[in-house]
Amino acid sequence: MSLLRLLWIFFRVGVMGELAYRVNFIVRLFQSLLELGTALAGLAVVFAYTDNLGGWRPDEIVALVGVYFLVGGLIGLVIQPSMEAFIESVREGTLDFTLTKPEDAQLLVSLRDVEIWELIDVILGFGVLTVALVRLGEQVGAGQAAVFAVMLLAGAAIVYSFWLMLATLSFWFVRVENILVIFQSMYEAGRWPISLYPGWLRFGLTFLVPVAFAVTVPAEALTGRLDTTTLLGALALAALLLLGSRLFWRAGLRRYSGASA
Amino acid sequence: MRAFLELYTQQFKTTFAAMLQYRASLAIWIIGQVLEPLVYLVVWSVVSGSQGGQVGGFTTAEFAAYFLALMLVNHITYTWIMWEYEYRVREGSLSFALLRPVHPIHSDVADNVSSKVITLPGMLLVAALLALIFRPSVTVLPWALVAALPALALAFLLRFLLEWTLALAAFWTTRVSAFNQLYFVALLFLSGQIAPLSLMPAWIQTIASIFPFRWMISFPVELLLGRLTPREALVGFAAQAIWIALGLGLIRLVWRAGVRVYSAVGA
Repeated sequence: MSLLRLLWIFFRVGVMGELAYRVNFIVRLFQSLLELGTALAGLAVVFAYTDNLGGWRPDEIVALVGVYFLVGGLIGLVIQPSMEAFIESVREGTLDFTLTKPEDAQLLVSLRDVEIWELIDVILGFGVLTVALVRLGEQVGAGQAAVFAVMLLAGAAIVYSFWLMLATLSFWFVRVENILVIFQSMYEAGRWPISLYPGWLRFGLTFLVPVAFAVTVPAEALTGRLDTTTLLGALALAALLLLGSRLFWRAGLRRYSGASA
Repeated sequence: MRAFLELYTQQFKTTFAAMLQYRASLAIWIIGQVLEPLVYLVVWSVVSGSQGGQVGGFTTAEFAAYFLALMLVNHITYTWIMWEYEYRVREGSLSFALLRPVHPIHSDVADNVSSKVITLPGMLLVAALLALIFRPSVTVLPWALVAALPALALAFLLRFLLEWTLALAAFWTTRVSAFNQLYFVALLFLSGQIAPLSLMPAWIQTIASIFPFRWMISFPVELLLGRLTPREALVGFAAQAIWIALGLGLIRLVWRAGVRVYSAVGA
């Protein structure tokens, strides 16, 4: 598996780069805890006035917040920093060096930057998720956990393909970072179940910016809300987008001529 | 005074032209500014729907009015200076601003107002569209609507002074992001962004009223919606005036101390 091998290498590089700045760990831990505290306090305010939100009980929403942090951490860990570095390298022409390496270029640009402190969010998210599930007292069987893992993977694949396609646009347009900012602000809406939103917004958060598949669908899998149609739909979409983004990437690469060369 | 007027006329000409170059970025910023109040609008609509159409003195339509007004007030009073100062100090670009014969705060005011002039029509359009979807209802009190205008202007001034002062933290540390985040969390809970302040626990309402948070955002919103008595409005104006006076004093102190420790990290 060259994917895992490369990921491990870039992860080690990330660790070596960051261990020189150890205070960053404390600062990032503080920031992550603050963000988590904000999310939970926000829930406390809302649940002071109601005992369920669109059919979701408090602890189920807490589980959703856990998934939100987990997925957000995974995106921030490798997808987002790599894609940002990739966009920069197209503009600067340094992508040339990546293309000369004897590995698949898409794989290289997708893993090239690992922001290790994002692991804090992943771990916190996992912790919150576990606490919420224990409080729910539900027996999460092996089957349910497996479906959750599969939906998490499908969500990650969908988000990854989405980012890759947006970043690939940089072969044609110079400034695409702004579009990535849209994803950031839309992702925040995923802290609440997508089903709360009115139809047009739900559509946008599902298909224009795939926040629904990244957060709500895996959380639905854990809380026993997922129907077979959504499950199959998420899998089909993940496969379709992985393939589509690959084709788009190759079309873009053919257009690349080395901006600074 | 005339020199001041000329200064601002020139600043507006240049910053307006500069901001027009960032139309796309401004449009994208609007999405973020719309989405957050929209999310809480949806959440509270669902809550009020499940509680028989009313929660804590707000009907579903009144929640809609609250969060749409909040969206506009937040947009008008918004500044991005706390992120920018870190960059200015780190890259040393502040050095050029220091060489000028006028205080650098004036070009920031001009920058901010120019960007608002450009984005406000778009924001109003978005608010109108959302109003068609969410059907807000407001009790219109003419005196309160009139009073909301100066309240909004003072809120802008207060928030600008406060955030500009806090931005100066960049003189002492290059790690301002954690500090900024702390401030924005406070703003989220204490200025009525997560929920109308009257729905918050009493101790939070007290803190929000003692500190400037309520007077920077929530107060003009409450006035616009006609939720305050004339007496409460006067108290609000007094609080705004006191905090602006304190802010003017504070900004001088912090600025003097800050410039002294400034050494242009990147230069």
